[in-house]
Formats: sequence, structure tokens, C-alpha cells
Amino acid sequence: MAAELHVAMVAADREVWSGEATLVVARTTSGDIGVMPGHQPLLGVLESGPVTIRTSDGGTVVAAVHGGFISYADNKLSLLAEIAELSDEIDVQHVERELERAKAEGDTSAERRADVRLRAVGAR
Amino acid sequence: MGAQLRVYKRRIRSVTATKKITKAMEMIAASRVVKAQRKVAASTPYAQELTRAVTAVGTGSNTKHPLTTQAETVTRSAVLLLTSDRGLAGAFNSNAIKAAEKLTARLEAEGKQVDVYIVGRRGVAHYNFRERKITDQWTGFTDEPAYGDAKKVAAPLIEAIEQETADGGVDELHIVYTEFVSMMTQNAVEARLLPLSLDEVAQESTAKGEILPLYDFEPSAEDVLDALLPRYVESRIYNALLQSAASKHAATRRAMKSATDNAGELINTLSRLANAARQAEITQEISEIVGGSAALADATAGSDK
Repeated sequence: MAAELHVAMVAADREVWSGEATLVVARTTSGDIGVMPGHQPLLGVLESGPVTIRTSDGGTVVAAVHGGFISYADNKLSLLAEIAELSDEIDVQHVERELERAKAEGDTSAERRADVRLRAVGAR
Repeated sequence: MGAQLRVYKRRIRSVTATKKITKAMEMIAASRVVKAQRKVAASTPYAQELTRAVTAVGTGSNTKHPLTTQAETVTRSAVLLLTSDRGLAGAFNSNAIKAAEKLTARLEAEGKQVDVYIVGRRGVAHYNFRERKITDQWTGFTDEPAYGDAKKVAAPLIEAIEQETADGGVDELHIVYTEFVSMMTQNAVEARLLPLSLDEVAQESTAKGEILPLYDFEPSAEDVLDALLPRYVESRIYNALLQSAASKHAATRRAMKSATDNAGELINTLSRLANAARQAEITQEISEIVGGSAALADATAGSDK
């Protein structure tokens, strides 16, 4: 049996996802980082971007995370974010409309948010 | 129907209508408490993880940060007071305001200048009526606060803390809110939010005696702390907002329950009085009839002879 790590992805107002995984890839401010079971204790700042979780039953979970932290210790990994959405929850058409609107209004932060969501869906 | 009886009947009708309204408000508040409690529970994992992370950085490195260092002489403090937008909640708002005023008086006695920040229309109205200065105020979301609201409240406070005191910044931040203990008990409490004492936070999160691992910080301990502390403050404010909302709904429920009970009692008393009035009326009518017929009988008896 492959080694597993326990992942908990929590947003400010709810727990988004939790379960066992074999690999978690996230984007920190200094670059992409992959965490596998047995990694050294880590605490990092996340960039807005997609997070990929390879679950222990072979599936893949992708989530759009807007800022936050990653912390790993004792085979437990937590992803903290103010806003986090699973790619299954994202409504592509709605986000595309958002993106167009943000571009038209020159709202860069909204544009980035929409972009991160679309990339999360694309990585699924 | 006699005049008195009519007055009683009218009052019973009006109290019955009021009772229906307060009963409905009680039910609404009861369902909202449950919802608000659920939100408090849902926000707990995030707050816990964040506290753990703050402890890890605080104990695992010797990083100094404006949000954790105590100023040598505190000249100005900020007090954040959480009240509700709407009343009809018993002593909920007045308790919170009283606690804030006690705190303000204490801080001023220590020679500190106090900046007041208020959430909720009730608190704002209280301070405006007394023409006291409010540094900043937010209203309109106290029934169901979202995380974005907490961010909105936290932003100017964090900015004020980071500013030099000479330029209008503050040295410490206190928060006054109503803690939700249970359906029956809610306490107005005050707490110092900033500067953060890392030892206290550490005690809170490692009460079970666990030893924190030596973390590898990415990109560096300073940067992590920089990003972490504002989030921690926001999450504490969010938690206080949620507890305040839950407490407000519980207080409303209790106030409306006692209003409904009182209305029921009043209806009982009024119906007794109405019954007595009706009975008196009937008795009077009977005695009038009896008296009238006796007089008639006397009159006819006299004319026969």
C-alpha cells in the first residue's frame, strides 16, 4: 500500500474537501511545490492558483484557491484559504461572463480570480 | 352590550394580535439561532488551523512583527464594539455598550486616548445621540455576517495598528462582543486582539501538550508571518461577528418569548374582567326586570280595589 497523507482543505466559512491523498501540488509565492507523504514539516504562503490533489484511490481533485497557506506536519496537510472552490463546483459559463465583465471594467483582481477558476477547471 | 364590556373585548382583540406577532418573531429568531450556530461551527476548522500556524511561526522563529510587538508607551487604543442593527433583543445591545464604556473608561484612566469603531446601527445610534466621536462604523450585515464583512472591518484596523502613533495610528486593539455560551447564556466580553501575545495563542492551541514540529518556511518566516497575522485578525473578528449574531438571535428569542407569555397572561386577566363585567350587567338587568314587574304588580293590585 502506498503511503498516504491526510488532506484538509478549509475555507474561511466551511471545510471544502478532506480525505486521503498521495500527492498534493500547490503554488506558493516562490513556485510550485509538490508534497508527498513523509515530507519535511512545511509552512508556506500560497499564490492564487489551482491546487491538484491526487487521491489515494487514483482520482484527482482540483480546486481553485485564492491566496492562503499550506501547512504540512505529522502526515497531515492543511490548505487554508479565504476562498476555495472545487473545480466541480465552478460554473464555467458564469465564470467566463465574469471574466469578460472584469476585463471590460479593468478590474484586475476579479479578472485574476476568474482566470484561476478557469485554469482549475482546465486542469481537471 | 355594555360600554365596559365592549372596552374589554376590544383590548383582548388587540393583545391577541400582538401576541401572534411576538410568537412569530420568537419562532423566526429560534430558527436563526440554529443557523448562526451552524455558521460558527463551520468557521471553526479554519480558525483552528490558522491558530496552529500562527503558533508554529511564533514559537519556531524569532521573528518580530508590528502586530506582535508591544509598544513601550501606549498612547492610543482602538476599541471595536459589535452591536446589532435591530433592537427587540432585550438587554443585548445595552450590555455590549455598557461593557465598551467600562473598557473605555478604564483605558482613559490609564491615560490612553481611545478611538471607537462600531459595528451595528444600535451602537452607532447610541454614540451619535450622545454626540461622541466614532472613528469608523459599519452597518447592515449583523444578522448574517459573511467573511467579506469581517475583512472590511479588519482592514482599517490593521492599517491603524501598522501606522506610527504620531501619524494617527493606534498601539493596541480591543474588541467588545457578545459571546454565545448557550441558548440561555450570552455574555458581553472584551478581549485584547492586538498586539498579539504569541505565548497566549500558543497556550490556547497546544493545551493538549503536543510539541510542534520544526517547520520549513516557504518563502521565509517573516513573509509567512506577514501574510498570516492579518488573516488571523480577520478570522478572530469574523468569529466575534458570528457569535454576536448568534447571541443577538438568542436574545431576541428570549425577549419575544417573555413578551408572548406576558400577552397570554394579560389576555387571561382581561377575559376574567370581561366575564365579571358581563355577569354584573346580567345581574343588573335581572334586578331591573324583577323590580319593574314588582312595581307593576303593586300598581295593578292597588287599582283593583
